[in-house]
Amino acid sequence: MSPKEPGEFPEVTPGTEDDATDNLPENTLPVEPEALAPEVVEVRRGMFGVTGSGDTSGYGGLVRPVTMPGGTPRPYGGWFDEVADNLGAALAEAGLPHAVEKVVVHRGELTLFIRRADLLGVAKLMRDDPALRFEFCSGVSGVHYPEDQGRELHAVYHLLSMTHNRRIRLEVTCPDGDPHVPSVVSVYPTNDWHERETYDFFGIIFDGHPALTRIEMPDDWPGHPQRKDYPLGGIPVEYKGATIPPPDTRRAYN
Amino acid sequence: MTATQNDPYAQASDTAEGRVFTVTGQDWDSVVAGVAEEAEERVVVNMGPQHPSTHGVLRLILELEGETVTEARCGIGYLHTGIEKNMEFRSWTQGVTFCTRMDYLSPFYNEATYCLGVERLLDIEDEIPEKAQVMRVLLMEINRISSHLVAIATGGMEIGALTVMTIGFRERELCLDLFELITGLRMNHAFIRPGGVAQDMPPGALDQIRDFVALMKKRLPEYADLCNANPIFRARLEKVGVLDLSGCLALGLTGPPLRATGYPWDLRKTQPYSGYQDYDFDVVTWDTADSYGRFRVRLAEMWESLRIIEQAADRLAGLEGAPVMVTDKKIAWPSQLAIGSDGMGNSLDHIRHIMGESMEALIHHFKLVTEGFRVPAGQAYVPVESPRGELGAHVVSDGGTRPYRAHFRDPSFTNLQATSVMAEGGLVADVIVAIASIDPVMGGVDR
Repeated sequence: MSPKEPGEFPEVTPGTEDDATDNLPENTLPVEPEALAPEVVEVRRGMFGVTGSGDTSGYGGLVRPVTMPGGTPRPYGGWFDEVADNLGAALAEAGLPHAVEKVVVHRGELTLFIRRADLLGVAKLMRDDPALRFEFCSGVSGVHYPEDQGRELHAVYHLLSMTHNRRIRLEVTCPDGDPHVPSVVSVYPTNDWHERETYDFFGIIFDGHPALTRIEMPDDWPGHPQRKDYPLGGIPVEYKGATIPPPDTRRAYN
Repeated sequence: MTATQNDPYAQASDTAEGRVFTVTGQDWDSVVAGVAEEAEERVVVNMGPQHPSTHGVLRLILELEGETVTEARCGIGYLHTGIEKNMEFRSWTQGVTFCTRMDYLSPFYNEATYCLGVERLLDIEDEIPEKAQVMRVLLMEINRISSHLVAIATGGMEIGALTVMTIGFRERELCLDLFELITGLRMNHAFIRPGGVAQDMPPGALDQIRDFVALMKKRLPEYADLCNANPIFRARLEKVGVLDLSGCLALGLTGPPLRATGYPWDLRKTQPYSGYQDYDFDVVTWDTADSYGRFRVRLAEMWESLRIIEQAADRLAGLEGAPVMVTDKKIAWPSQLAIGSDGMGNSLDHIRHIMGESMEALIHHFKLVTEGFRVPAGQAYVPVESPRGELGAHVVSDGGTRPYRAHFRDPSFTNLQATSVMAEGGLVADVIVAIASIDPVMGGVDR
């Protein structure tokens, strides 16, 4: 039974009223305390981006940890808990009780960090379980955190449940030395090209993909251009006597 | 004497895979004669990437048996320009200037989805001024019309309906004139910025928009008259490129191909953004799941867009002088751009203020323009309903002044995957129709 009128779709609802990471639920016991700490993916030294130290010159050698939002304890709020409960039950039944590493609720979006070995099983449940029914995948996007030891490469999947009108994000990490992630093409055929693109740009190898080849870059291209260790390139441009350096050599304020 | 012998750049040559013929026109007989010698062999036709019917720089690799396509594959990447990589080396505001160039037929949608993501990370979604929201909707809907017009125009041209092409581009010109009036540019506007839009509506714009709507209401029926019941048009489009609902969901197709299966999924209705819930419009569906249905969906969607444009224009009339950018001066672009006699430039009042009156204002201006604002670390994905389907930007911030990563889920890229399913088993001529019905824009596919 599919809706025939736009009004028949369930109303889209925010999963949570407030930003749940900002809540400090003293009464809630986290399952794994280390999962709740903000994830430090990098530590930068430089002259910019530090506040509250009193050093406005930057010459003191500023140190700025780059932290991504940490795990969120229960309750996540709204339908996020419902999805987490349903997924937890389905995972236990499927024999994957530890598939979910961490749950992050940030800016009203739910992110589930999945152990990469269990990704395919989770994707199957996500699509097929009637209570979850994320029947639509918006593809995979790669992110490269070169300083995040052992978790350098992230593959990020955005799933959409048209049945329940919900969105969710799955995130899988893999180390640079072993850049393998199971392919979900068998569950979401739309990911065929998306996984090829992520392989092309990040070098993540999607095991089980029917034909993992480059898609945007030429077949014989060396390297994977979206990785942070791949230079942007460019040449200085001269205009009316002044020389403008290529963008990746200009001053950065990061 | 074969035609290929005349052409030094196109010689029939022996490769590991068999002989290669380059079809240059007027040489069909020689190609047929050449192929006939190897009648048992399979014929692989390489169509494009420079071919007027492939809807851009798209390479099609077709395996044929007679005129029937047995296998179809796409070769893409010819327009890859590394926009996503470039955005990582520019400030958050400059990112708009890059992403607007991806899908060049729907620039406002690229800007909008990116800005909505940045605004979610900044946590200022609720602070975007009403006028900016309405202007975004207005521009996006005019853009939807111009994009659908190109889809119908080029789709018509590719099957020989040249009049549809000429009138399509005639009307598109009206849309581009409006863009030029409002943003100063016909394409690549970089007008929607994180926090609002670049500048206010110019004087007289609302009248021109109303004239445009009135004119479009007269001209849109021409497309219906030319095409809807045209027996040739219907014969070429009906039952061609069929993809049903389950096929669309499996392959990730959204937009007109999905709605042509009868499934009324439109993010403007189901997951409203930019205040779409305040507008009165209908989601158009069709129930044939073929190329003709997609054409009819696009045609009807232009009427719905006109309805939204009228409502937006009415709301703008009551928002004279309202702000179009967030009040937070740490985010809002400091230089107040204004359209003067010499085009768009900095406002002289603002320059007088920062150069002559306030040192702090000058520092603020300099810091914000060169360094840019910082966006809290995290990631966001706020898709919009572009003319081609779900367009979303996965925006990742590390807390710095530049996007750590911006990945665009472009509907052209995803929808183009359906080429094989739509084309295999059909005729060569229908491949063109099927691809035109997806309406891929290669700038968005390759980014």
